[in-house]
Amino acid sequence: MSDRPIIRIEDLHKSYQIHEIIKGISLEVDEKEVVVIIGPSGTGKSTLLRCINLLTHPDKGHIWLEEEEITAPHVNIDKIRQRIGMVFQDFNLFNHLTALDNVMIGMTKVLKMHPKEAREKALWELERVGLSDRADHYPAQLSGGQKQRVAIARALGMNPHVMLFDEPTSALDPELIGEVLSVMQKLAQEGMTMLVVSHEMGFAREVSDRIVFMENGVIVEQGPPRQLFYNPKFERTREFLWKITELYGKEDEAGG
Amino acid sequence: MDALTTFFERIIPDLMQGLLVTLQLTLVALALGVAMGLPAALAKVYGGRWLRWFAVVYIELFRGTPLVVQLFVVYYGLPDLGITFSRMAAAFITLGLNSGAYQAEYFRGAIQAVGSGQMTAARALGMTQWQAIRYIVLPQALKLALPAWSNEAVSMIKYTAVVFLIAVPDLMGQAKILGGRYFNYIEIYLVVAVIYIILVYIATRLVRWIEDKLRTPGLEMEVERH
Amino acid sequence: MNFLEDLAFLFSYLLQGLGVTIGVTIIALSFGFLLGIGLALMRVYGGRLAAGIAMLYSTVIRALPVVLVIFILYFGISRVIDLSPFLSGAFALGFASTAYQSEIFRGAIQSVPPGQMTAARAIGMSRWKAIRYVILPQAIRLAIPPWSNEAAIVLKDSSLVYVIGVPEILRRAEYVSARTLEPFLAFGAAALIYFFLTFLTNRGLDYMERRYKLQM
Repeated sequence: MSDRPIIRIEDLHKSYQIHEIIKGISLEVDEKEVVVIIGPSGTGKSTLLRCINLLTHPDKGHIWLEEEEITAPHVNIDKIRQRIGMVFQDFNLFNHLTALDNVMIGMTKVLKMHPKEAREKALWELERVGLSDRADHYPAQLSGGQKQRVAIARALGMNPHVMLFDEPTSALDPELIGEVLSVMQKLAQEGMTMLVVSHEMGFAREVSDRIVFMENGVIVEQGPPRQLFYNPKFERTREFLWKITELYGKEDEAGG
Repeated sequence: MDALTTFFERIIPDLMQGLLVTLQLTLVALALGVAMGLPAALAKVYGGRWLRWFAVVYIELFRGTPLVVQLFVVYYGLPDLGITFSRMAAAFITLGLNSGAYQAEYFRGAIQAVGSGQMTAARALGMTQWQAIRYIVLPQALKLALPAWSNEAVSMIKYTAVVFLIAVPDLMGQAKILGGRYFNYIEIYLVVAVIYIILVYIATRLVRWIEDKLRTPGLEMEVERH
Repeated sequence: MNFLEDLAFLFSYLLQGLGVTIGVTIIALSFGFLLGIGLALMRVYGGRLAAGIAMLYSTVIRALPVVLVIFILYFGISRVIDLSPFLSGAFALGFASTAYQSEIFRGAIQSVPPGQMTAARAIGMSRWKAIRYVILPQAIRLAIPPWSNEAAIVLKDSSLVYVIGVPEILRRAEYVSARTLEPFLAFGAAALIYFFLTFLTNRGLDYMERRYKLQM
């Protein structure tokens, strides 16, 4: 663990009309760290993620990306977003473009790469997620799992310093979840800094360096998977983990 | 039989002239309509308060009043204020502005049908709002708008007919002149009716062919898929 | 002061055409409604001949400019019967609207789930009874949005009957413009009146739509 965090969030607040969704969250993510955020629905997990790349503007608080404060007034948001990759629950692939073009368009229009270069890189990213043979397919011709993998390739094509995953497998049929999770696991092994909102406890336990449990807009508890699963500090954490592990049918090993 | 041939010989040349004018009017009006309608739709969806207000006023005004009244205001009314247009110019401008207002609504519907997730994903990649509109939203919106737009295009052939009321020599205009000359209005109007039917038929086939060519899997319905 | 007086006179003169405009619109819409539903029924439930006739009528009339339809029908009608321009114009507009309304109702009837007819026949209703008591009521409610659109269109197209001399708003505007030599005011005022008419009609129809729209 390095001592200079890639992402630093300080006392974040966000309300929608009268509801305060995020009630003062502070969080740090180190380079190469894989952090999984868990918690009941509607507790602000997605909102938190969207604040990090300023798709949602926080009401109060500060966020730093690699020492640069992105919540400062005259920041170039578009440039910041080039360093952050985001993968959405609903994929949001560009329907009018093939898989290859989806991966390429950020490179050519935003990074201003030469089309030939971009094409090569895009093919490489698609290869990385295992879909180079689907390069010419349109999103409508892909399965959910394939769509999400293309979405990951699209985000990776921008050479992000950190990847945000907003419930990447929640919209997928159960049989398709595995292919996406393996890509994510591979990424983690390659040293990508990842911040993942998910219900996939297996993934959280196996792959994450730290689990953050959020409820009602605050962080209840955070720590390495072993700690949260086997020795949580708070009753609420234990309760939630038990319920969700039951629901998703993952086996809990008894004892240490 | 001879009488019939003479009849046609007399009227066909002038009617063909009229046809040419009608086609001209149709194409120019459509083009102007896009030039007015697309920006208006963008202003309505993405614009700030003033821009949106302008767009709304323009759209409501031209959709809420009859085309013929608009024509009269432009051709007979504006000279009062010192702005004079020739018949053709007035026809082009009015038809264009009118069509633009209707097209704006088709475009707006299509833009909104594209779905906000597309814009979000584009911004997440670091695109500016303008880049996102230009490369991601508009290409999809234009394809979604194609059915409604082609409908408008075919119908435009009919809408242009009213310009004969300011004595523009389009198909209807020529028909009126010929009717006055030979005193058989109804026969001539029936011939003109047949010409319109043929025109509309050809235009419909043309448009359908273009739609087929532009088909993209996944962009055929106007419903956002999840 | 003089200008305001002129303006007031202008508006009151134009507004006297309001009744005519509304009258033409209502007659044309109602005519189109009855015939339109009839044609739609012929198209969906009729035999090949009936359906063919309905389709022919709808396709031909919809391919023609409304002005042309008004002219042809007016000249045609006036050779046979002696009707006032008002009625001729209203009926001509009605015939035109029939074609569009038949398409609207055809679409609506076809949107009613086929299971409805099946269920109706299953409880012993004759085809006609099923249409009358089960299909049509639903179809009409489904048709409200596109029908509201058509109503606004007919209202605007009613201005076209001025060409056959009906003293509705536009005709009056023409007259005033010729008398006062101030065409911008005359036609501008006419435009404003039409705008408010359309606006009110849309609001009213929106209300109907919200109240009576069929949730599927």
